[in-house]
Amino acid sequence: MNGLFAPIADPAPAPDPEAVPVVVLSGVSISFEGPPVLDDITFCVPRGETRILLGPAGVGKSVLLKIVNGLLCPDKGSVLLLGEEISQMKEEKVIPLRARTGMVFQEGALFDSLTVRDNVAYQLIQERVPDDEIDSRVREALTFVGLEQTFSMFPASLSGGMRRRVAIARALIHNPEFLLYDSPTGGLDPVTSTTIIELIMKQRDVYRTPSLLVTHRLQDAFTLCTHRYDPDQGKMVPLPEGHSAEQTSFLMLNEGRLIFDGSLYDLVHTPDPFVREFLE
Amino acid sequence: MATNTIDRSAKQIVLTVQEYTLFAWRAFLNLFSPPIYWVDFLVQSDIIGVGSLNIVVLSGFFTGCVLALQSTATLQAFGATSVTGRFVALTMIRELGAVLTGIMVSGRNASSMASELGSMVVTEQIDAMRALGVDPMRKLVTPRIFACITMLFFLTILSDAFGILGGAAVTVFLNHQNATQYFSMAWEGLRLSDILQGLIKPLFFGYIIASIGCYNGMKTTGGTEGVGRSTIDAVVTASVLIIVADTLVTQVMLGIFR
Repeated sequence: MNGLFAPIADPAPAPDPEAVPVVVLSGVSISFEGPPVLDDITFCVPRGETRILLGPAGVGKSVLLKIVNGLLCPDKGSVLLLGEEISQMKEEKVIPLRARTGMVFQEGALFDSLTVRDNVAYQLIQERVPDDEIDSRVREALTFVGLEQTFSMFPASLSGGMRRRVAIARALIHNPEFLLYDSPTGGLDPVTSTTIIELIMKQRDVYRTPSLLVTHRLQDAFTLCTHRYDPDQGKMVPLPEGHSAEQTSFLMLNEGRLIFDGSLYDLVHTPDPFVREFLE
Repeated sequence: MATNTIDRSAKQIVLTVQEYTLFAWRAFLNLFSPPIYWVDFLVQSDIIGVGSLNIVVLSGFFTGCVLALQSTATLQAFGATSVTGRFVALTMIRELGAVLTGIMVSGRNASSMASELGSMVVTEQIDAMRALGVDPMRKLVTPRIFACITMLFFLTILSDAFGILGGAAVTVFLNHQNATQYFSMAWEGLRLSDILQGLIKPLFFGYIIASIGCYNGMKTTGGTEGVGRSTIDAVVTASVLIIVADTLVTQVMLGIFR
């Protein structure tokens, strides 16, 4: 695997020193009546960057994602989301910040009793946006994920992959400043997984939305690094050999600790025995 | 070992009471600051109020029938069957109308609230709602609590009315007594304090039913099995608390209107 990825030939441009990262975690720890699930986690997600959080099942990846979005409060440490410290913030003050982010849950977490239209438009309906505008924005979001025909359907009649795509449309409709994906391809067949990864890539390359993606599927993570979305062809295309996607980097969790933080090149050349075992 | 278990259980009970109190208080305070989800309030009022109409009407009517049947047998011994109307009306309005309606609505709605919210918790829909910038306490809990209080008030009035009608049906058709006498005795026996007592109780019961149902739903853990557990806990706790609250409110009201 190491041979596939030569040193990155076209390094990413130096980040704007004025740009504040969308997320900064410092020394974050959390436990639930037992040993710590996360222990002293520190990393950041700079603007315009996609970070892929790897790790085996059950190491706290989803918990970390919920801490980043303020859905869980850490026991220790600080969490800066869009420039504001949220680790000790009251729920009502975090809510407006969360509204500026988009989150795709593991199983989609669509509202069963609402149609696809109402699910995707959930935030817009709460903000009392006029119905005509809602309809057009929902159709636009559904077209983005290739599901415009599901407009009036209920989630129960959709397949697992379609539910995830609707969940992506729901996360994108409000033009979020930051996206969180919790195992968006977990439990899906390879073809559907590729469709979802292509959508994530499209959002990354066309709209440059920073994101944090949790996965335990290496194949998806490498596809994101070795391909780019071509708007002219309307599909993802492989990058030239020796290149990897700009501003896409990796984090790896194991036993509650962050054991890797770096680029694809660093990942495949790391001497860490656990990372090497995970990759192989 | 046993001491440790008792210690742990006691702490757990205190923690649960503390969590429930904060939960119920926050849900109550939400009504006085925006956003208030009036549409959800109306939807829940329809589900709780209109949806419970038939069980409340039937249980009220037949409770009135039973009261009339039982009381007639006893009153006959004293030659006082003419006061059946007064007995049925007072019992229904002061006590049974509110308590029976509370228990009926608890069985139907505390369970549905716990299972609905519990399912949303285990499928991450509550987290999704929070991630979309909507407070589930305001959107889901507060409208249910206030819809339950409002609807239980009106349902209790209906239950009282149908209970008195049930008593009248037995008195007129089975005991062959005069309907006018029955209703005039029922009317003359009533005082404002009786009516107030009967109408204040459902306000407390409605709050108990919805807050317990929502609390158990929102605290659900352990997948679909956990949803079942929450549903049972909600109905059992709400029903017991209704009886406890009834005792306390009755004692206070008797003290006030002595």
